[in-house]
Amino acid sequence: MAKLEITDLHVSVDTEDGAKEILHGVDLTVDTGQVHAIMGPNGSGKSTLAYAIAGHPKYTIVSGQVTLDGVDLLELGTDERARAGLFLAMQYPVEVPGVSVANFLRTAKTAIDGEAPKLRHWAKDVNGALQNLNLDPSFAQRSVNEGFSGGEKKRHEIAQLELLNPKFAILDETDSGLDIDALRIVSDGVNRFSGQGDRGVLLITHYTRILRYIKPDQVHVFVAGRVAESGGTELAERLEAEGYDRYLHTATQA
Amino acid sequence: MTTTTEKPAVASALETSDRVVSHLHPEPSYDLADHPVPKGLEEVWRFTPLKRLRGLHADVEFQPSAIECTWTTPDGVTIAGVSGDALEQWRGVSGYIPSDRLSARIFAEVGSMLTVDVTDEVSEPVVITLSGSDASVVEAGHIAVRFAPHSSATVVFVHEGPATLGQLVEFELGDGAQATVVTVQDWTDDSVHVGRHTARIGRDASLKHTAVTFGGDLVRLSTDVNYAAPGGSVELFGLYFVDAGQHLEHRLWVDHNQPRTNSNVDYKGALQGDGAHSVWIGDVLIRKIAEGINTYESNKNLVLTDGARADSVPNLEIETGEIEGAGHASTTGRFDDEQLFYLQSRGIAEMDARRLVVHGFFADIVKKIGVPQIEGRLMETIEAELALHVGAGEGVEVGEA
Repeated sequence: MAKLEITDLHVSVDTEDGAKEILHGVDLTVDTGQVHAIMGPNGSGKSTLAYAIAGHPKYTIVSGQVTLDGVDLLELGTDERARAGLFLAMQYPVEVPGVSVANFLRTAKTAIDGEAPKLRHWAKDVNGALQNLNLDPSFAQRSVNEGFSGGEKKRHEIAQLELLNPKFAILDETDSGLDIDALRIVSDGVNRFSGQGDRGVLLITHYTRILRYIKPDQVHVFVAGRVAESGGTELAERLEAEGYDRYLHTATQA
Repeated sequence: MTTTTEKPAVASALETSDRVVSHLHPEPSYDLADHPVPKGLEEVWRFTPLKRLRGLHADVEFQPSAIECTWTTPDGVTIAGVSGDALEQWRGVSGYIPSDRLSARIFAEVGSMLTVDVTDEVSEPVVITLSGSDASVVEAGHIAVRFAPHSSATVVFVHEGPATLGQLVEFELGDGAQATVVTVQDWTDDSVHVGRHTARIGRDASLKHTAVTFGGDLVRLSTDVNYAAPGGSVELFGLYFVDAGQHLEHRLWVDHNQPRTNSNVDYKGALQGDGAHSVWIGDVLIRKIAEGINTYESNKNLVLTDGARADSVPNLEIETGEIEGAGHASTTGRFDDEQLFYLQSRGIAEMDARRLVVHGFFADIVKKIGVPQIEGRLMETIEAELALHVGAGEGVEVGEA
């Protein structure tokens, strides 16, 4: 089971001029085993949605609900949400100097599973996950995200996805800044994850390019802090041809 | 026909003893009268709470020692207490001439010294433990370490227990010597320690010096370096963890008085609790003669709670245009929310995330020390310090596999 339900979600962010609402009532359900893509123009609130669900302290939930398999995520701390099965692959993964990838992965795995991973399998699992993402084993000894190239950061996020194997993954513009080879490697990782059948994926992207490699069950167009339209992959093709202009025009009038 | 207006190269090379007008570096002198009792407004004293020094900066009487001193003696090293006429060979062995009142008093009044003579390449570390027993006893001590040309050794000083100590430690590095020095200040919280480490670096010799300060009501440790000849190299590392009410001060002074010398200073500190105060002063002087030198100094502070204060002042005085590289950096900040969020989003509880960040912050310095016996002890102490405010870990191993 991995069903994510977002109901009438309103989220604000603190600015110098007070709280500013960015999400104006998001409704979205991703059923177990499905991959949904959220597409939208810059500044539409896609990333806010991702970070708010994960519990970033910068965002305030004004109203609404987010549940994962019926568990109210918004009642939980960020770490508890992760332990409840949520994973967020970030657009800008954060550097943690002095903490090795190996130490970080083991600490995270221990936290998620509630017990330390068995040493014998773990080393093999880590090397396998790194190899899958075309990362050298020496990568494990580097400090988390420090000095990584843009592509390495994204591949490291997906290596974590495979190792931690959560119920539900939100991928925030994982495709941005990737060259064509890295895009394929990252997409393969996501497909291995979703291919398990009982997982869920919310893929946030700006471009249709990644949808050539990851086939979504549904596509949502996200404009001005809410879902403007939902449909199948044909919607993505239409966006490719027409852009977001049509939605932006409507949003301005509203 | 061309005319040149440049001075011949030899002219500048001959200027070997330019006097530098700097308020930071008092004129050295054996005469006590040249070192008046500081009042607290002087640049070199303005960060230090004089009232808590128990008279070490002034004229308090030095009492018989209440510190037990023990040491290990690997082959190739001679360690001995000396007094009487033998003092003449050792006092000022590093070329040091007193630069403050306490040092001048130590030269004049302290009648015995601990001496360490390194004559070979020694792999096993020399560990000298100074174990205090009574912080109400004010005392002074003088230690000298001599590294023969092309010798190498690691010398570790461990300061523990209660004490009030004024201390001078000299290091003389012969040509090509390779010295690793670690000084750990792990005193009890009623202790006061005013210390000076002063080192002269021989031709192509190298010194790696690490100061680690955790314990003590007030610790003020000055580390001075100068060069006897070109080609010397120093790395000065430090880490400190300041708790509520503690004043931990580290003052670095690298005198690039020879060409083609190198220095790299890197100190990191964490502070927590009300009235925790750290001071870091990094002075680097590049004299006119010191062409082709390389220097970098860095101090980073991580403030873990409200009510703590970190003063960090890098000073770079440059008197020649012909330098290879010179720079400095100083940062003081709190926990980075983005780092904590990233770790928490991977299921790691907030406390464990904080501990990971602090461990990571110190890890690179700990790795650089290069003395495995010390590294383990340091990580344990950091762990205990973190348990005070950040919280004890629950089932998270923070060490490396």
